[in-house]
Amino acid sequence: MTLFTEFGRYLLMIKGMFSRPENGRMYWKELMHQCSEIGIGSLGIVVIISVFMGAVSTLQTSYQLVSNLIPRSTIAQIVRDTVILEFAPTLVCIVLAGVVGSKIASELGNMRVSEQIDALEIMGINTKAYLVMPKIIAALIMIPLLVVISAALGIWGGRLAGVMAGVIAPNIYDKGLVQDFKPYNVFFALVKGYTFAYIISSISAYYGYFVKGGALEIGRSSTRAVVVSCVAILFADYILAALLLDTE
Amino acid sequence: MIEVKNIRKGFGDKIVIDDVSAVMEAGKCNLIIGASGSGKTVFMKCIVGLFKPDSGEILYNGRNYIEMTNEERKEIRQQIGMLFQGSALFDSQTVEENIMFPLNMFTKDPYHKKLKRVNEVLERVNLKDVNKKFPAELSGGMKKRVGIARAIVLNPKYLFCDEPNSGLDPQTSLVIDKLIKEITTEFNITTLVNTHDMNSVMEIGDHIIYMYQGRKEWEGNNKEIIFSKNERLNEFIFASEFLKDAKDMRMLEHTGKINGDRNIS
Ligand SMILES: Nc1ncnc2c1ncn2[C@@H]1O[C@H](COP(=O)(O)OP(=O)(O)OP(=O)(O)O)[C@@H](O)[C@H]1O
Ligand SMILES: [Mg+2]
Repeated sequence: MTLFTEFGRYLLMIKGMFSRPENGRMYWKELMHQCSEIGIGSLGIVVIISVFMGAVSTLQTSYQLVSNLIPRSTIAQIVRDTVILEFAPTLVCIVLAGVVGSKIASELGNMRVSEQIDALEIMGINTKAYLVMPKIIAALIMIPLLVVISAALGIWGGRLAGVMAGVIAPNIYDKGLVQDFKPYNVFFALVKGYTFAYIISSISAYYGYFVKGGALEIGRSSTRAVVVSCVAILFADYILAALLLDTE
Repeated sequence: MIEVKNIRKGFGDKIVIDDVSAVMEAGKCNLIIGASGSGKTVFMKCIVGLFKPDSGEILYNGRNYIEMTNEERKEIRQQIGMLFQGSALFDSQTVEENIMFPLNMFTKDPYHKKLKRVNEVLERVNLKDVNKKFPAELSGGMKKRVGIARAIVLNPKYLFCDEPNSGLDPQTSLVIDKLIKEITTEFNITTLVNTHDMNSVMEIGDHIIYMYQGRKEWEGNNKEIIFSKNERLNEFIFASEFLKDAKDMRMLEHTGKINGDRNIS
């Protein structure tokens, strides 16, 4: 299948999601279930990467800042901005593409292959609305939340590592954190979070929903879902940076 | 009543259903029989709309199913119960949740009423003490029966069963046949059953369609099938010596004499 027809089918899937729910309560239940799957399910890994990426950024920034002319508090400032601008949204979402994306793709793929999706269709349920939509909405709610948590933990991890390694005193780090703080950066991180959440969930759902074949194809399509989501995230990352950051 | 008019369906250049027409009346058990790979499942999936036929018409009580809008089709589907060949149970849900699912989705009944209905249909398919089990913990035949229970829980107007008896012991098989027959006449359901179980054919075959390589080769009921001279049908259905004997017995019962050319080949 060409890229063009695949994209057309993707758009039709998204369009097909919008219809009146057969039963609002059941849709709500499914949404809550997906929120916990996506949010709680990936909290652990997000916590771990965030703390470590903050810690490593502090150490590496201090290694690169050899000049005595630059105040130590700058380290905190640099860590804060790289974590908020790039690490928390992009790096975390790349990892989430693997965790959440493969989960969504294989769950839907299994339902497709074992005819569970057909069974739902025959009951008169719009499976795009009932299965795909709650996953996308849940991702849109939970992933930006995870990005915020990750940013906070990353900055905290940086402080911890800086103090433990003796490169920066805690009070200087805290002073650095509030220097030249631009709230716009947080807004930018959230825009990224929402964009990437949509990319991960919709692309993975697409690859899972349209699986043909058996167990082997489920594995293949969830791998493809992760790869395509990652590439799309990096691409979107560049576009967003070019569009939203004043780089002159 | 479901009418099928000249439907064709192929995958690539392979023709799987070739110009089949049939009328499935309400209140009767309509059986599709045929060898493995003859196109029974594809035929059934065309009728319920999981496959779009390449050409032909499908009418549900006179309304063209293929040309309906999505909303109209959904309305019909909410009156359909279907058992898939592979059962298609929701594997993240227990047996009870599986069967309750259509009730949760389409009724506003309180929980205890829904639970009562679930236990009622579980009893009808001869299953006990499985409410809290997951599909992975069931045998193939038990999954089939849970599938049937889920298909009938909403009292459908149209019932489709793809090989309800495969994997069942003769006794349970009979229970399922009886159940299908009972609810079909009791609620005047339009029932379509794919099978290669000769017991079912004889027990509940009010209207039998024999498929041979995607074509309708023979059509009749469970009395006529005994007297049929169609060679392919005879070869298929009375394959073993045992079944040939059974055929002779039935003939004797109906006509008082045994057909001379019993070894039609
Ligand atoms: N999705 C599909 N894509 C391509 N070919 C298919 C597909 N589904 C079925 N076929 C082909 O259609 C033919 C009929 O298959 P079908 O499943 O209807 O047989 P069946 O009569 O139900 O057999 P069984 O009794 O074993 O279930 C087979 O040759 C099969 O290879
Ligand atoms: Mg079949």
